[in-house]
Amino acid sequence: MTGDSAREAVGDYRYGFHDPENATIRFDKGLSEQVVRDISELKGEPQWMTDVRVKAYHRFMDMPMPNWGNCDMLNQIDFDAVTYFLRSSDGTERDWDEVPEDIKNTFDRLGIPEAEQKWLGGVTAQYESEAVYHSIREDLEEQGVLFLDMDSGLKEYPEIVKKYFGTVIPASDNKFSALNTAVWSGGSFIYIPKGVHVEMPVQAYFRINAKNMGQFERTLIIADEGSSIHYVEGCTAPSYSTESLHSAVVELIAMDGAKIRYSTVQNWSANVYNLVTKRGVAHANATIEWVDGNIGSKLTMKYPAVLLKGEGSHAEVISVAYAGKGQHQDAGAKVHHLAPNTTSNILSKSIAKNGGRSSYRGMLQVTPKAHGCRSKVVCDALMLDPESQSDTYPTMEVGNSTADLEHEASVSKVSNDQLFYLMSRGHSEEEAMGLIVNGFFEPFTRELPMEYAVELNRLLELEMEGSIG
Amino acid sequence: MLSIDNLHVSVEDTEIIKGLSLKINIGEVHAIMGRNGSGKSTLASVVMGHPAYQITSGSIIFKGKPLEDLEVFERARAGMFLSFQYPSSIPGVQVGTFLRKSVAAVRGENAPSAREFRKELKVHMEALEMDKSFLSRYVNDGFSGGEKKRLEILQMLLLNPTLALLDETDSGLDIDALRVVSEGINSITPTAGCLLITHYQRLLEHVKPDYVHVMIDGKIVKTGGPELAIELESKGYDWLEA
Repeated sequence: MTGDSAREAVGDYRYGFHDPENATIRFDKGLSEQVVRDISELKGEPQWMTDVRVKAYHRFMDMPMPNWGNCDMLNQIDFDAVTYFLRSSDGTERDWDEVPEDIKNTFDRLGIPEAEQKWLGGVTAQYESEAVYHSIREDLEEQGVLFLDMDSGLKEYPEIVKKYFGTVIPASDNKFSALNTAVWSGGSFIYIPKGVHVEMPVQAYFRINAKNMGQFERTLIIADEGSSIHYVEGCTAPSYSTESLHSAVVELIAMDGAKIRYSTVQNWSANVYNLVTKRGVAHANATIEWVDGNIGSKLTMKYPAVLLKGEGSHAEVISVAYAGKGQHQDAGAKVHHLAPNTTSNILSKSIAKNGGRSSYRGMLQVTPKAHGCRSKVVCDALMLDPESQSDTYPTMEVGNSTADLEHEASVSKVSNDQLFYLMSRGHSEEEAMGLIVNGFFEPFTRELPMEYAVELNRLLELEMEGSIG
Repeated sequence: MLSIDNLHVSVEDTEIIKGLSLKINIGEVHAIMGRNGSGKSTLASVVMGHPAYQITSGSIIFKGKPLEDLEVFERARAGMFLSFQYPSSIPGVQVGTFLRKSVAAVRGENAPSAREFRKELKVHMEALEMDKSFLSRYVNDGFSGGEKKRLEILQMLLLNPTLALLDETDSGLDIDALRVVSEGINSITPTAGCLLITHYQRLLEHVKPDYVHVMIDGKIVKTGGPELAIELESKGYDWLEA
């Protein structure tokens, strides 16, 4: 097939275009205490944040690499080849007119302006390491919702940031949360006041555009008592042939009776390491929902977690992973039932194709004092060919006998009868595969805002093209 | 339109169809009757192109083209339709989406606009006494036998084939379902050729065949008119065996 070698070179990636790097400030590659201090100084941060960063840097240097997941791939990461900070335009803009032309051009091709016209609750479009465009719709402002990029959040609301930053995911949690804490840049800061319901999903786009450009965004969402928000994050990254590291940290805090839903579709190009720590704390009767889709990247290690800290709180983790050629998706969920009468649902669906590997890694913990808990875990894997691999690593730690737990797991293959049936309705083999795969992911897709669902279905259909038979 | 000549078919070295010839023209209804294992269903699957079956000799010509040149989906796009005895379920794919995509795939440039499609859908679903709620269910997932068969006939009406292969579409249907399904079949026969594969005469009370063929051990052993079906009902197949 023509174009195969070209597609191979860019990692078979649809959005594999990139604008010329337009960085005004760019650090040399590699990490040192001085680089960390320079980042903090350049951003004009308060001393306490500099201290947090420096301490985290030393943690990072001291901590070993995880000895699970995919060690071979992890050990290929060359931390000295990563650029840890890059600012692509001067400061943060709210007005679309002020966004540089080549950046707009890229966004145009990703369809972002239309998305905004339609129904954005506010946009943070992260270009390289910092948000260049940040708009908050008036109704959000009127409701008292704070929605800023994290750097601005620190400047304008230092007392809130200081109170919550790193409380859900401390730097010492793992090597990559330590790294993020040391060099974080960008991400979102959101505070929803008591009783406020943000009706529209709030969205942000993250991309990687510079060669060897690490992305270390840091997101903190605090939903005060009885409030609710749906935050949507979608990633599409242009491709390069050298490795890229994406290591974000996302902390969610749902106060009593609050509800946070955090939806992600990541579609990093096939050279990106996507090593993300996501965790939320749910206080009494609060709900935290992670809707997490992993389609791209070389290696993803991501296990959205919920600490059910308050009585009657609820966790929902719905995730999908697609592993194609050369990809390993090591994803799953962690739920810790720390209080009585807490409930959780975990649904994980994964697809492996062309020798890809998808792993479910899950942790379900019920502490001795957490009486009357209920949890249901369902993991389904779909194998599209015999070369691909799927594995499951579920861990359960149950500290009392009153828990009501269900666990279901299945591995299935696409049957010839299904293919024959769909093909007899005029669908080519690739189209038939696309339908089956989209159907398999449907319990996830239906949770997404419409345009994400449509785009995800299209991406999966593209993935099924040209590689069968 | 369809011309089968001295067809031999094997699955994993076992010969199932052993020299079968048959011609079907537009406007004709052919019924194939026979016992279980006589090769009736295999015939329908082979004509549609199921990959498990090997054609070892003979030929199938559809609209002047040898079928071996056409993949399954190309046969569908060329106007062939198979109503499955056991339709597969496709979890997560809604009936409405599936029908829209299938109509677009099969009818191509002549596919109706979204509005026309909804109109056609409404007319056919009413005729088949199907509730709107069908459209948001997953394809054949948790369907009763009768629901599956109605969905097959709905697809046939929407895809508007020139050759309809109906594999035991009458099995598992109650009297009311048999009536509406038969009306569906009758509505396409003026512009299509139709091959009905059935065990029982009762479908043929509703859909009048022009020809009735009896299949035994991979071959057509007798061909007659509608009266042959009635004769089979009372006499069985033994008298036709050599």
